[in-house]
Amino acid sequence: MDPAPVPAPIERPHEDEIDIAVHCSDVMKAYGAGNTRVLALRGVDLNVRTGEMLMLVGPSGCGKTTLISVIAGILDQDAGECLVFGEDFRRMRTRDKTHWRGRNIGFVFQSFNLLPTLTAVENVAVPLLIQHQPRAMAMARASALLERVGLKERLRSLPSQLSGGQQQRVAIARALVHGPRLIVCDEPTSALDHETGSSVMGLLREIARGENRALVIVTHDARIFPYADRLAQMDDGRIKSISAGQGAAPPQGTHP
Amino acid sequence: MNRIAIKMLVGDRAKYIGIIVGLTFASLLITQQASIFIGLMTRTYGAVSANGLADIWIMDENVRFFDDVKPMSDMLLQRTRGVPGVAWAVPFYRNILNCRMANGKVQHVNLNGLDDGTLIGGPPEMVVGSLSDLRRADSIIVDETGAARELARPAREPGGPSVPLAVGDVIEINDHRATVVGICRTVRSFQWGPQVYTTYSRAVSFAPPQRKSMSFILVKAKPGQSVPDLCQSLRGVTGLEARTQREFEKEIYDYFYYYTGIPINFGIAVILGFIVGTAIAGQTFYNFTLDNLKHFGALKAMGASNGMLLRMILLQSAVVGFIGYGLGVGIASLFGLLIADSELAFRLPWWLLLVSALSVGVICMLSAGISILKVVRLEPAIVFKG
Repeated sequence: MDPAPVPAPIERPHEDEIDIAVHCSDVMKAYGAGNTRVLALRGVDLNVRTGEMLMLVGPSGCGKTTLISVIAGILDQDAGECLVFGEDFRRMRTRDKTHWRGRNIGFVFQSFNLLPTLTAVENVAVPLLIQHQPRAMAMARASALLERVGLKERLRSLPSQLSGGQQQRVAIARALVHGPRLIVCDEPTSALDHETGSSVMGLLREIARGENRALVIVTHDARIFPYADRLAQMDDGRIKSISAGQGAAPPQGTHP
Repeated sequence: MNRIAIKMLVGDRAKYIGIIVGLTFASLLITQQASIFIGLMTRTYGAVSANGLADIWIMDENVRFFDDVKPMSDMLLQRTRGVPGVAWAVPFYRNILNCRMANGKVQHVNLNGLDDGTLIGGPPEMVVGSLSDLRRADSIIVDETGAARELARPAREPGGPSVPLAVGDVIEINDHRATVVGICRTVRSFQWGPQVYTTYSRAVSFAPPQRKSMSFILVKAKPGQSVPDLCQSLRGVTGLEARTQREFEKEIYDYFYYYTGIPINFGIAVILGFIVGTAIAGQTFYNFTLDNLKHFGALKAMGASNGMLLRMILLQSAVVGFIGYGLGVGIASLFGLLIADSELAFRLPWWLLLVSALSVGVICMLSAGISILKVVRLEPAIVFKG
């Protein structure tokens, strides 16, 4: 694997092509009740554009995971508005929300969450099989994706036979196989060494930019900050600041 | 997703085998214990079933089972023969008498007295000799198990094997000389001790003097005669209970079912099998689900509906249930085959296979149900919790 310390900027989409993928406005979320009530989100305002890689950073317990869960439609906010490609999850029935999420959102988890008894190609095919796509087609697309992430020779390997970096590449292929418009990543490099992490981040950025998807990444890993288009600094349930990363020129216009 | 569900299941070998072992154990215990129970209960009326010639058994109304003999007057036999619709009626004697062995030991024997003229009521199969040999003086026929065990002669040399009673041997029944003229094979029954057959008059002479001696009257209906109607007529004429063979079998079955601890003992074993099977399979299956909770959460996050996950769990449950049931019933059947020639009671009717399948199905549903509840209530946000 080639080391990729800091990638060269990739050409950004034209201003007219920029669309809002995620729009959060005054989002609030609390856990518990009474004396044990904890406000995890205290009015978050955030926009994420297509083709953009946005990183949510901040100390543990600042609300990053809660925010990414709300954005991904797996947790409902208590107040405020969160639109993903114009869709308000709170107006959807659970079943519709699950289906919509399955079609439009890809997930990359901190601990990969690959099914240990499935081969790499089977793991990647899972999102398509969930959508009742024919198995042969799903396996073909999964194979193509694995080839794209450099795992052509490991299609039939079980997760336990892969290195951490390879497992994360499988997870990335799984997040992409169904062509989602939004990809959410939770600490994608925390289990990887620097070199492998750089390689994974390079891949994710290429995916975001190259196919005009939106990526929201929760991370503590300061080493990957340079890959971000923007960094949203969170603290105590709020976004304290948003700064341009080194992955691209600062975005145009005003952002919350 | 079915293939994924199966791979998830079989991939965790230890739990997969644990669940199957639990279900196999439950299926085996339920099937085997119930088979032994049914086998035993069938034996309670085995002596009646073996006597297939008679349509009707006449007896004292207080008789509840085969050995619950309440002697009747012999004159009732003539009255029975006079009832319209009766093709024939013969007496049958049944008693438990002491038998003195060659070594001086005393052994109880079940003495069966057959009608002197027709020898109706005899053993279903002769091993040595013939039933008509009973017409010889002092003659008796002994069942082969009794001849080889309880009635066997002492060993010829110390420590050697005992010698089975054989044709020509003489024993004493209630101080009366009896010569073995045949060895028979009987239907295994609930009654313990050797079965000895002789003629009715000789059986009566063997027994201590009694005012009444006849145990049963065996009746055959004329062709075309309604057996229930004939029973009704016989009750009216004799003042005794007249039961069809099926009714008498049921009477005996019901007696042992309701008045003995047999069903409770076997029922406890069956229930125990069900509970232990549920506990082992349910606990292991639930642990399997817990271990995979994060993966179920990931599937949920990736768009798998509750219905889809429910079907996956049900499929996993059905697979282990099918295998466990098959193994359990297979082992129980093998057990039945292995003991087929032994004294042990075992009967596995087709409907018991259904009952066992139903029980295993319930265990699987309970096991899967707990897991399904856990998965349905699972928040997909769990995937972001480290």
